[in-house]
Parts: sequence; structure tokens; C-alpha cells
Amino acid sequence: MTALTQTACRDAECGLFALAEGARVEAVKMKVIAQPPPLDPAAGATSDTLFDEFVEDDTPLYQARRKIYPQRVNGTYRRIKWAVLFVTLGIYYLTPFLRWDRGPNSPGQAVLIDLPNRRFYFFFIEIWPQEIYYLTGLLILAAMTLFLMNALAGRVWCGYLCPQTVWTDLFQTIERWTEGDRREHLLRDRGGWTAERVGRAATKHFLWLIIAWWTGGAWVLYFADAPTLVRDLATLHAPFVAYLWIGILTFTTYALAGWMREQVCLYMCPWPRIQAALTDEYALNVTYRYDRGEPRASVKKSAALLAQGLPAGDCIDCLQCLHVCPTGVDIRDGPDLGCIQCGLCIDACDAVMAKVGRPARLIAYDTDINIKHRQEGTAPIYHFVRLRTALYVVIITMVCGIMTFALATRNAQSISVLHDRNPVFVRLSDGAVRNAYTVRIANKRSERREFTLSISGLAGSLLDVVQTREDGRFVVDVGPDQTREVRALVTDYALAPPPSTSVTFHLYDVVTGERASAGDYFRGTGE
Amino acid sequence: MANDHTHVDSVTGTTTTGHEWDGIRELNTPLPRWWLWLFYLTIIWAVGYWVVYPAWPLISSFTQGAFGWHSRDAVVTDLKELTSLRAPMTEKLAATALPDIKANQDLADFTYAQGRAAFRENCGACHGAGGGGAKGYPNLNDNDWLWGGTIEQIEQTITFGIRSGHAKARESQMPAFGKDNILKSNEIISVANYVRSIAGLSTRTGVDLKAGAKIFADNCAVCHGPEGKGNRELGAPNLTDGIWLFGSDEATIIDVIANARGGVMPAWTGRLDPVTIKALAYYVHSLGGGEK
Repeated sequence: MTALTQTACRDAECGLFALAEGARVEAVKMKVIAQPPPLDPAAGATSDTLFDEFVEDDTPLYQARRKIYPQRVNGTYRRIKWAVLFVTLGIYYLTPFLRWDRGPNSPGQAVLIDLPNRRFYFFFIEIWPQEIYYLTGLLILAAMTLFLMNALAGRVWCGYLCPQTVWTDLFQTIERWTEGDRREHLLRDRGGWTAERVGRAATKHFLWLIIAWWTGGAWVLYFADAPTLVRDLATLHAPFVAYLWIGILTFTTYALAGWMREQVCLYMCPWPRIQAALTDEYALNVTYRYDRGEPRASVKKSAALLAQGLPAGDCIDCLQCLHVCPTGVDIRDGPDLGCIQCGLCIDACDAVMAKVGRPARLIAYDTDINIKHRQEGTAPIYHFVRLRTALYVVIITMVCGIMTFALATRNAQSISVLHDRNPVFVRLSDGAVRNAYTVRIANKRSERREFTLSISGLAGSLLDVVQTREDGRFVVDVGPDQTREVRALVTDYALAPPPSTSVTFHLYDVVTGERASAGDYFRGTGE
Repeated sequence: MANDHTHVDSVTGTTTTGHEWDGIRELNTPLPRWWLWLFYLTIIWAVGYWVVYPAWPLISSFTQGAFGWHSRDAVVTDLKELTSLRAPMTEKLAATALPDIKANQDLADFTYAQGRAAFRENCGACHGAGGGGAKGYPNLNDNDWLWGGTIEQIEQTITFGIRSGHAKARESQMPAFGKDNILKSNEIISVANYVRSIAGLSTRTGVDLKAGAKIFADNCAVCHGPEGKGNRELGAPNLTDGIWLFGSDEATIIDVIANARGGVMPAWTGRLDPVTIKALAYYVHSLGGGEK
């Protein structure tokens, strides 16, 4: 045993630590991000001897996942995580049941992705497929918000908001509830498969599957009228695809939150890599304040060291920060790819510091710059407003502004025109030249409307709409929330049209006078 | 290099793979084992795929797969499904008389779409994807019709064809005035120039148009009419308008008079069902030149 572990063994969880030591060694081997330089020469030497042992062994090509038994913890960040968990899961599970009255011809569900009819409803907003650019805006907003969060306080997304984190957190809570907290669970796993253990595991997996199934069930409710679908699902009348998606999401939720957990963050998710490239020296990160904590020593030993006039840090090396970590990271090793920055180690450390009568926040949201400042005796600095964050805020504000403006000023009708490609123009028997266009008129209101068409830009021309020839008024009626395609013929009687002329098609609502227009070209013979 | 394999990176404590590029070494970070299992799983999946689906080419055939699944059958199934989906509208179309289709907007839109699809598949080869026609193949977008442009006449033409050999086909034959020695060369030249003159086109200087007019009255007017306005009963084109099936230059007209023309269109009855022909007639009529 190394000096490091010997000191740790004097602590409460000594028996368990021997078990966890293997895991720690694995953690050291896995490390891919540079650690802060060793602060204690003795500790550094210990590490080197550890590494030397591996030189003789071949590093395996593949390694088994080491099971993590995160310990229950209470504190500020745990409370924040609970709040976020309830709010986000509440939104996810309950939103499909919110109602929103849009009149008789439209669905009454507040948030609905209507794939068969190609519509997306979000409260008072209705999006058509051709307005998919709003999604682009949302994606830009999402990316910029993510970047801004990262620039301000590191992996806020990973630690609190990511679905992987939220569901894993929920599943781990159930695990602690059924199979016991860290210590109890560890001891039980070391023992044989008793009836009690089987029962507890079965209960856990049953509860996991229920939640996973509910997750998939909520998912499909976004794609159909929720109360109707719930009834259909219960009476086995729902479409097969609904059951299929519930099955898929039940499986993924169960597998990712129950079994994969931190493996998703470590191996599958690109965000840890991206955020590592995005972060800067002023971004707050969950940080072990090694300026205060080192050199580590147990309470008794540090008292002894201080009595001898030797330095002793606040860290008592109790490993509580490691034991509560959902990804099995030792925060004291410095920034780590596996650290999702959920802040649970802060809560764990604060509790210990309170017990031993030392100031809280030995682990805290902090920066390396501030640690250095404190070491040098200067005041810590916080730069929340800097070029990056300001730029993100400006972009977010701009995109929000553009989207709001576009939404507020968009038309309830639209026209799109497609020129015939074969033939490009037609010569009529009297010598006139005619062009044909496919015109699509969209009525985005939930009532039937009548539109009339006209054309400008070509003197001496006549517009004819094949579908309205009978009444001769060019009145096209379009059903509620629908589009209609008509064939428009433009005939030039000037007899000498140039090769190409710009023309504009105008659409008018016969009743309200609302307009829309679209440009195209009139192709002449070029003679 | 062998020595490098045992190198340990001092910063991370990880062994390196032994690969070195200009002093940069690759860390040997082990992959998770579940990843390896997934890799094996994909291999097993692939083997299962060979068994379940047609996969391996043999000398004259291929492995059929355990359940007899074929992509061709899947297409047939999909098409059947589509046909049954359209069945209510197809039945409505079958039961509606051609001139009445317009009155029902849904039916009209359905018929137009069906007609457009069928046109591109069956008619586009000669008439062009949009019915723009080509030399010898009429443009169906204009308002000049050889055999009539009402929706019923169009339906008849599609159903039985032109000179198709079908008993009810539209029949007529222009005589080959030159090849069969009915007219002499100079007579053909003068009547050709006369035809250009009645269409408002320039004529060759020195040609006797009056002689041409007489030849026209004696030989051509019986089908093309005394004024050259054509006769739809016989599919004789109007020679006075701006639309020419083969071309309006003198050489082309002389060639037509000397050797005769008579385009052939197949009869579509028997190849296409009556409902499709109905949709085609509606579509062609809607292209722009349809007559009442």
C-alpha cells in the first residue's frame, strides 16, 4: 500500500477503500487530459512508481467497465439537480396533454408534430415544412446557449440538463432505493446471490423498465392526439409504429440510463470533446482548490503536521468526492473528460468540511486563474463579461429578434410558381406565345379562403388559370390549412416577346385583400 | 520501435502504442469492452442477414434467403397498397363522365395528378415529359389539334390511336404526290410556295403562285379545305396557322408533298385501363389547348 492509501485507510470507509483502490488505479490509467503538476513531491513519486508497474504489463486493448456505486449526497447542488430533474421530466411527460384551441379544423394539442399532415404545432405557432428555417434558428439558438453556458460555468448542460444525466440520476436514485446506498450495495454485490439480493435487483429492473416504458410512451404522444393515443394504446388499437417507438425508447432509456451511464459521456458523446476545445481560462468549472487542500492529510495527521510547523491542507483525503461522483472521477486530479460538472462533489466535500470544522467550498465553481491568484495572495477575478460571452449574447439576441420578427410578420398565405420545363414556351396557332406555370397557393388559416391571381411585368399579356376557366373569375378556393396547385397560362399577344422577361404573380385574398407574390420569367421565342 | 512500446507517457501515465511521428507518440487508451461486443454483434448480425435475405450471388442465380423476401415483391406489395389507398377516388373517377370531372375539385385534382403521372410514363417518350412534342410528334400544349381538342375527342384518340391498326383507330392517308407521280416537280414547288403564302410566309421569287393555287384546289383542298384550314375528320392539318408539325421551310413542305406523311400513335386500350385513359384525356385537355 502506498502512503497515500494508508492515510486514507484511517478514515471511515477504510474497508471499502481497499476495494475501490483497484478502481482508482483504473481511473488513473484512463486519464487522457493533462493533470496539474504534482504539488507534493512525495505524492508525485508515488504516482511514478504506480506507473512503472504498468510498464511491465501490457495495457489491454479492451477494458471492462468498472461499476460505479455513487453515494447519496445532500446539499445545494443536489437540490438544484432535483429541481431540474422534476422540471425537465415534468415538461417531457406532461406537455403532450396540454390543450390549445385552434378552431374546428386544427388539432387541439398545444405541442404536436403532425407527420402525416406535415405540420408542427407549438401553442400559437404553426410551422409548415417550408418554414423549416425556424428549426435552423432554434438550432443556432441551442448551440449559442450551449456555448454561452460553457463560457460562463463549464458543462452546465452535462451536469444538470442533459437527458442522459437526468435519466441516469433518476435511475441511480432508484438503484440506491432498491439495492441500497453505496456501502450497502457494494457489500451486497460482493456477497452471493441471495434471495433478497435477487428480489432487490428484480425490483430495480422492474422500476427502471416502467420509467423507460413511460419515457417511450410520452415520446409517441408528441406525434398524435395524446388522450386519443393513450386510449388506443391501452385498448391495443394504436398503430404498430407507436408500439415500435415505445419499444425502441424503452430499450434505449433502459440501456443508456441503467447500464451505459457514464460510458455514454466517456465514449459516445461528442460534447465533452467539443467543450474541451471551447472552454477558456475564465470559465467557472467545478474545481478542487488545491491551493487550500494540499498537502492532504487526515485530521489527526494535519494537526500533528501543523504542530511541527509543517504545511497541511484542508483536504482530509476522505474520498467522499470520488464516492458521490456519478462518473467515477476524482476531481482532485484536475480537469477531466469524464467530469460532467454536476457539483455533487461540492456537496459531499462541504458536508465533510462542516463536520471537521473547516470552511466549505474546498471544491467549488472556480478557475485555475483564481487558484493562482490566491496562491500569490492577490484577489480572485471573475470575468463574466468578455468578448466571447458578449458575442454569444449578441448572436442569441439577434437570432431571437429575427425569428420573432419573421414569425410576427409572416403571411397567412403564400404563392410559389414553377415554370414549365417542357415545353419552355408554346406558339399558338395565331402566332401568340404562351408560357405555362404550376402555381401553388398555400392557405395557412384554418378556414376556407378564396384567392384571385394576377400578373404584372409583361404588357399585352393575358393570364388564364386552367382550373378556373369555367367561372372565368380566376377565383381559386383553397381549403383550410391546405395548399392547392393550379396551372396558369400566360399568353403574350405583343407577338414579339424578348427571350426572357421578369414577371410577378400576385395573389389576393378576395375577402381580406391580403397579398402574396412570387417572381418568375416569361420565355419568348427570341426571334 | 520495440523500446517505444514500453514507453509510458509521463503526463497521463498511459503506455503508448509504439507508433511515433516526429516525436509525437500515440497513447494506448484501451477501448471499452462493450464496444468490442458490439463489433462482434454486428458481425453476427451480418451473418444473420445473409441467411434471412437474398445475399450471395451464385453462378446462375443467388441465395434466396430463408423467408423468400425479394425487393421486387416488396415493390408489388407497395403498389397494391397504393392502389387500394386510391381505390375510392379511382372508383369515383370511373363513375364520373369526363365533362363532369371539373365540377368536383378533389376529383379534378386527383385526376390531373393521375393523368400527369401516367403521361410521363406512357406518352412522354414521344410527346415529351410536359407534352411539348417534337418534330412529327404534336405539341399538346398548343391550341392546334389534328383530330379534335375536346376532352371526348382526346379520349378517343388515346383509346384507339392514330393509324394504329385498331379497327376504331383514326385513319387517313395523304397521297405521296411526288413518289407516285401525281404531280411534277415544278408543280410541287409551286404548290409548296402557295401553301407558304396562305400561312403568311415568304415565297420564292419567280414561282407561279396562281398555278400553285389551282394545283392546291385540285389536289389538296379535298382534305385540307379550300382555304387550307384543315379537316379534323381526316386529321388534315390547318395549313394557315403558325404551327407546323414537321417544319414550315420550303424544303420540308416539298418533302411532305412529295413523299406524304402519316404519323402513327398506338391504341392504348388494352394497355391502359379506361380510368387511366380518362385521367390522361383530362390531363392533356388541361395542358392549355383543350377545347369545349
